[in-house]
Amino acid sequence: MMEQHYPLFYTFHFYFFGVVAIASALAFVTRKSPVAAALWLVNTMFSLSAIYVLLDAQFIGVMQVLVYAGAIMVVFLFVIMLLNLGHPSEIADARGKWPVMVASLIGLVLLAELMAVSVGDMTGKFQVPAGNAAAELKKYGAVGSVARPLFNEYLLAFELTSVLLLVAIAGAVVLGRRRDGSAG
Amino acid sequence: MEVLAESLALSAVLFTIGVVGVLTRRNAIIIFMCVELMLNAVNLVFIAFSRYYGAAGQVFVVFVMTVAAAEAAVGLAIIISIFRHRQTVNLQNINLLKG
Repeated sequence: MMEQHYPLFYTFHFYFFGVVAIASALAFVTRKSPVAAALWLVNTMFSLSAIYVLLDAQFIGVMQVLVYAGAIMVVFLFVIMLLNLGHPSEIADARGKWPVMVASLIGLVLLAELMAVSVGDMTGKFQVPAGNAAAELKKYGAVGSVARPLFNEYLLAFELTSVLLLVAIAGAVVLGRRRDGSAG
Repeated sequence: MEVLAESLALSAVLFTIGVVGVLTRRNAIIIFMCVELMLNAVNLVFIAFSRYYGAAGQVFVVFVMTVAAAEAAVGLAIIISIFRHRQTVNLQNINLLKG
């Protein structure tokens, strides 16, 4: 592939979210408390969602937040709390003065960037070299470019995943039921 | 800077962290979450390549997410049912199939 020029804004955020993802993943595997581990994993997934947006996959970025961070991890947290595995005293990793200050600083910088991007006119300033899929993206939009192959070439696979989900729901209900047949 | 190379490197690192977690942790729920991390790393590869080869990669990511959701539902139901029997999710204590 030929050498392409990426603006500093893009490069900085790609590396920033990459480093945050790796650091959160490391924190995730080293935490003792399952609740703290789950929350670090949510942080990894948010960072990955930002990287998906940087890689021109806006729809998947939104799905990542909604499905992974929003639904799957909530199910994990529900089970951890249902089985009473969490230790409340270990939930907060960022205790003490410095971690809180660093976290606040990162939050403020991200908020300031968000304001700058949404208020100021940034059109054309952060032009990223287009990938080969850019024409498709421009023609059908972020959702349409995913939906077209999904409902044409991969329609059978799509229908099969609905059957898979139905089987999974039935299986989860059967496995989660108590032996004596009572609810819960 | 080539975004594809960086994405693949990031994905490799995340996948390795997931593998290390699966191999070293004892808590069944955390092992499950490590598997989710590995699936996320694979998704990143699909997204990175879909930038160059068209949106089919993003369709695969949708499928992976569906399968991950189904796997989480069934797996967690199994963990709950194991917990009811043995009052633990520590995999070292769950060795019924050991000869």
